[in-house]
Amino acid sequence: MSMFDNPFDPDRHLRAGCACGQHQSAVEHEQAALRCEPVESEEKRYEGVVASAVMRAMFPQDVARRAFLKSVGASTALAALSQFFPIKAATEVFAQTGAPEKKDLKVGFIPITCATPIIMAAPLGFYAKHGLNVEVVKTAGWAVIRDKTINKEYDAAHMLAPMPIAISLGLGANAIPFAVPAIENINGQGIVLATKHKDKRDPKDWKGMKFAIPFDYSMHNYLLRYYLAEHGIDPDTDVQLRSVPPPEMVANLRADNIDGFLAPDNICQRAIYDGVGFMHLLSKEIWDGHPCCSFAASKEFITTAPNSFAALTRAIVDATAYASKAENRKQIAEAIAPANYINAPVTVLEQVLTGTYADGLGGVKTDAKRVDFDPFPWQSFAVWMLTQMKRWGQIKGDVDYKAVAEQVYLATDTKKLMTEMGLTPPATAYKSFAVMGKNFDPAKPEDYVASFKIRKAS
Amino acid sequence: MTSSLRLRAGIVSIALLAAFLGIWHLATRSTAPVATMSPEYAKLMGLTATQGKSAMPGPLDVGAKLWEHLKRPFYDNGPNDKGLGIQLGYSIARVGMGYLLAVLVAIPLGFLIGMSPLLSKALDPFIQVLKPISPLAWMPLALYTIKDSSISAIFVIFICSIWPMLLNTVFGVASVRKEWINVARTLEVGTLRRAFTVILPAAAPTILTGMRISIGIAWLVIVAAEMLVGGTGIGYFVWNEWNNLSITNVIIAILLIGVVGMLLDQILARFTRMVTFPE
Repeated sequence: MSMFDNPFDPDRHLRAGCACGQHQSAVEHEQAALRCEPVESEEKRYEGVVASAVMRAMFPQDVARRAFLKSVGASTALAALSQFFPIKAATEVFAQTGAPEKKDLKVGFIPITCATPIIMAAPLGFYAKHGLNVEVVKTAGWAVIRDKTINKEYDAAHMLAPMPIAISLGLGANAIPFAVPAIENINGQGIVLATKHKDKRDPKDWKGMKFAIPFDYSMHNYLLRYYLAEHGIDPDTDVQLRSVPPPEMVANLRADNIDGFLAPDNICQRAIYDGVGFMHLLSKEIWDGHPCCSFAASKEFITTAPNSFAALTRAIVDATAYASKAENRKQIAEAIAPANYINAPVTVLEQVLTGTYADGLGGVKTDAKRVDFDPFPWQSFAVWMLTQMKRWGQIKGDVDYKAVAEQVYLATDTKKLMTEMGLTPPATAYKSFAVMGKNFDPAKPEDYVASFKIRKAS
Repeated sequence: MTSSLRLRAGIVSIALLAAFLGIWHLATRSTAPVATMSPEYAKLMGLTATQGKSAMPGPLDVGAKLWEHLKRPFYDNGPNDKGLGIQLGYSIARVGMGYLLAVLVAIPLGFLIGMSPLLSKALDPFIQVLKPISPLAWMPLALYTIKDSSISAIFVIFICSIWPMLLNTVFGVASVRKEWINVARTLEVGTLRRAFTVILPAAAPTILTGMRISIGIAWLVIVAAEMLVGGTGIGYFVWNEWNNLSITNVIIAILLIGVVGMLLDQILARFTRMVTFPE
């Protein structure tokens, strides 16, 4: 049964037929695994979690519980249960967490829609709700956000999903252990080409073109390389890939310095809005459900201020859950558009978040999942990123995929937090998925790397 | 004669400005052909795409926006959005700090080096190598070692503005006329007194010229440094507006950077005039 179901409903099964045991059926489990389901009120949610735990403890046999409920009725059962078990008090204890060691926190972000949960949590009050006073600080680029977080000017920050792995491994920086408690967004990127290439839709014709990516250690880099390589283009020799800060991409595309880019959104839509490019492909068409950006903090912050960190993670998970709902997206677009946050026209953000967008070729397209939000830090995501780092020569020599993934992507802690919040985290931290139709098995990363024909010779 | 020259120069200046604004206005009028598109598609697109509006704003757009900024220069909408007055204040404060530190180091040091021909020859190669390094090259190093972005910005201003002052002080001190020093020696003036009453006044115009060059460099550097570290300041403002591809605001910022830079230069020019002496 799902965490949010009424434990006093006699027709409900408390133990049911899915892999994790939390859902009625395998189908429901799948759905829940892909999405977190926010509930009307936090208190209600906690109460439900506590009550269902108590009921489960009292009636290990589902049949007995159902017979009991049928005979006395749900409200009587609740009253009777409350007689000898203080559900209200237990709920309070359960919901109460340690007071944050540090209330005034600084969180850095890059002004792109990937940072939506981090940004919106400030104007929409998610940080305040979890007892924190957070200042979200706009930052000029990925290298700066990395340095400022390492220097402890920021307590936590918005980073590209592979960055905390790279920092922890000491790639492009000193090795400092970092951790990812939550993924910011899934999907929400795109390949945009200059309008003059509107007849060159086949990547095989792209030899000699110049593309921009936001950072070397980014999903954008790996996805673009993957996409090109699948079409027989060697990204290291056949095309030029340049690391360009997102705001400069549109200007460069207009100036004809680059032919296209795989960039985070609102930048893609901005290029279309300004009439300089068109959407060739949404990143979700390469890999539906791919992670993009992450919420990261140093291990040092986590150990010195565990309660602040937990509250921060809760606020982010909460905001992410809110953002995952389609009906909230318009409100979010308006909240994050002002100059204090993303600083972009509301129309552009709305097109990105609602998924009804102009494609730059005169058509209006709709894809509600163009960008989506799911906080769970799948460790298999980390393993995939490591395989690509290996594939493109960023990692030399052997790497213990699983150990690194588990050290950086805090699936266990997040799972605990999500359960405490009454959300439904997936049962495992590994899942296999397909990238452009090719299956990835997180248990066999070495074989996966070896299976690619186009890669950097090591 | 001089007043009529000044008048004529003024007229030429105004004519040049008017010509510039006129050409700017004509060049940015929308001339691009408008593509036909469905209204629902057009609603999702920007003015550049729908009305063929030039991506470059005209002087009227810039003027209107500038007026908007000047009306409320000190608003504060949170950590990432503050009025232009506040941003300029942050930048001037940073420049002031870095520059003051540079003055405190460069002038005494320059004095010592200038009074010793040996040191001045020995240190010259180092100064020549360090002088032309761009602020952007110092920035990563500063961020990495100092581990604080606001102090890094001040350090970068310090390290970039110190060299002209140091070199000019050394030069000014070293080229004080020998007769004056000899006269002081004959009158048995002590070293310290000689430095303050003979050398300092004699070298002051050269030192001030160095300081004037330095303030210009410090102001050049701050914009680059703030674009990189972000947070506050006029450089951050430029970056933030560039992020939104708002060329109008970038032009306004350029204008203000120029005006403030000119004011700083004028202040030091006045000081220079105060210490200049006829020989």
